[in-house]
Amino acid sequence: MEATASAKPFTTKKEFYAQFKKKSVTHELWLRFLKNKTAVIGLVIFCIILAVAVAAPWITSYDDVVVKMNIAERLQPPGAAHWLGTDELGRDILARIVYGARVSLLIGFSAIIVSLMVGLVLGGTAGYYGGKIDSLIMRGMDVFLCLPDVLLALAIIAAFGNTKVNLTIAIGLAFSPKFSRVVRSAVMGVRDNEYIEAARSIGALDKRIIASHVLPNCIGPIIVQVTLYVANAILTIAALSFIGLGIQPPTPEWGNMLASGRTYMRDFPHIVLAPGMAIFFTILALNLLGDGLRDTLDPRLKH
Amino acid sequence: MLRYIIRRLFALIPVILVLTFIVFTILSMTPGDATTIILGSDYTPELGAKLRAQLGLDRSLIVQYFHYLTNLIQGNFGTSYVTGAPVLEQLRPRLANTACIVAPAMLLCVSFGIPIGIRSATKPNSFFSQCTMVFGLMGVSMPIFWLGLLLILFFSVNLGWLPSSGLDQGVKSLILPSVTLGFNYMANIMRTTRSSMMEAIRQDFIRTARAKGVSEHDVIYDHALGNALMPTITIIGMDVGTLLGGVVLTETVFSIPGMGRLLVEAINQRDTPCVLGTLVIMAICVAVSNLIVDLIYAYIDPRIRAQYGAKARKA
Repeated sequence: MEATASAKPFTTKKEFYAQFKKKSVTHELWLRFLKNKTAVIGLVIFCIILAVAVAAPWITSYDDVVVKMNIAERLQPPGAAHWLGTDELGRDILARIVYGARVSLLIGFSAIIVSLMVGLVLGGTAGYYGGKIDSLIMRGMDVFLCLPDVLLALAIIAAFGNTKVNLTIAIGLAFSPKFSRVVRSAVMGVRDNEYIEAARSIGALDKRIIASHVLPNCIGPIIVQVTLYVANAILTIAALSFIGLGIQPPTPEWGNMLASGRTYMRDFPHIVLAPGMAIFFTILALNLLGDGLRDTLDPRLKH
Repeated sequence: MLRYIIRRLFALIPVILVLTFIVFTILSMTPGDATTIILGSDYTPELGAKLRAQLGLDRSLIVQYFHYLTNLIQGNFGTSYVTGAPVLEQLRPRLANTACIVAPAMLLCVSFGIPIGIRSATKPNSFFSQCTMVFGLMGVSMPIFWLGLLLILFFSVNLGWLPSSGLDQGVKSLILPSVTLGFNYMANIMRTTRSSMMEAIRQDFIRTARAKGVSEHDVIYDHALGNALMPTITIIGMDVGTLLGGVVLTETVFSIPGMGRLLVEAINQRDTPCVLGTLVIMAICVAVSNLIVDLIYAYIDPRIRAQYGAKARKA
């Protein structure tokens, strides 16, 4: 077909109908999202970090560069050989940051999947059925909310030890009370709509109503919260590793890089600047993205 | 009002009960045996069994929990596995140190966060407002342990103005830790105040007030602020918990012997009674501050006052 087809009469039926076809919802949301410059910046930064994390094995070698000590080259300032310098054991800081991104992103996302599952089940039940079930679940969640999430994660780690799996579960569980609240309020906002009543009146079961009517309609606020909580989870992993209870060296993680670099920072500030920057930009990107998604998916909240 | 306070205080009891139970259960699942930690290299199976009976560790979880609870009600937090001293005695000086950095941090958040948020909301397109938005976003994205390290690098190492660790130099040594601890929350409070204030300013009653000829100052501080402060107060209340989480990090960065450090040390030494005591105290702090926030709510918002007034009449 030529590009100037619109000026010519339509040759096929398909073309004729195409002009009446509405843009899909997703496409429209995407266009709206693209108008939000800061959100796009957030998305770009995040995609770069994600791409670097995924491509890490092709960029440098884990065994030779990331964990292997090289005392001859310890504490070198940033330069041509090591772009961000080397740490106290002579390992390339850039390579460690790149591999650290893998750890942070993997645990961050898995932890949020854990809290999302808990939140969907508990918050969804509470929000959909309401009444006594709701108050029972939510009172329970209120109690958990009295324990700050870092401390709850600490308690779980104190009991079960700090393997990667335990860390993921600990952070996931620590965030799930807040997630349950988000899911609950989203479900409650949808629950009383007429289309839900219509579905019920044609005899749809709760299972079907929840799966095909309620959840798809409250996906917006949930996606926004997922983005913001992944940022929180990554921050928590770094925090736990910083105080020595998270990812253990020699596995590179931004928090434990800061912790081990602290001792040398008076004379070699580069050793703490770079890992901190990595955390900062990841969190910033996710916050920008989350705020942008909120403006896109929930325009009522836009200021 | 008094009736409301009393009712809320009673509602606190089950919260604390459930909370202690949760923490107790989680920590009792610790693999390994406390007696091996206490006895160390002196451990023999016979000595271990004797000590286990002495500590009551051979009984069921529920019995142990009730035992702990009865002691807790009498103000006995148990005995540390590591030092052998009562946990409460260890906690008391640590709690005071922590309060020394939490109080100024809170003060900092509220006294800077709220006014800046209001000012930024009243002139949303000004340069000042744009700056506060950037600043706020950076503030909520900044890991506080990194901020602490940067502040040490700049103010202690480069400029030599402020001490980098400990609490032995009085007010001077409190400045960096409180700024570190409060920075995130100040940014958060500022953002919340800004957005709720902008929401309030758009409402009809503000237009009415302006139409009546109320001065701009009164419109903002009398009419809008009362309505806009609610979400801010919620955030302040919710953040007490996060603030206590931040205490752990701040105290690690600045080597301050407070509650947070104690908790981390206790976890590393597998000193369960101490971990439990610290977590329970922190949780009670959060529960009490939530109560205070609810009371402030009721004080500020006539609708809530009317609500519990009506309930009291019904009962």
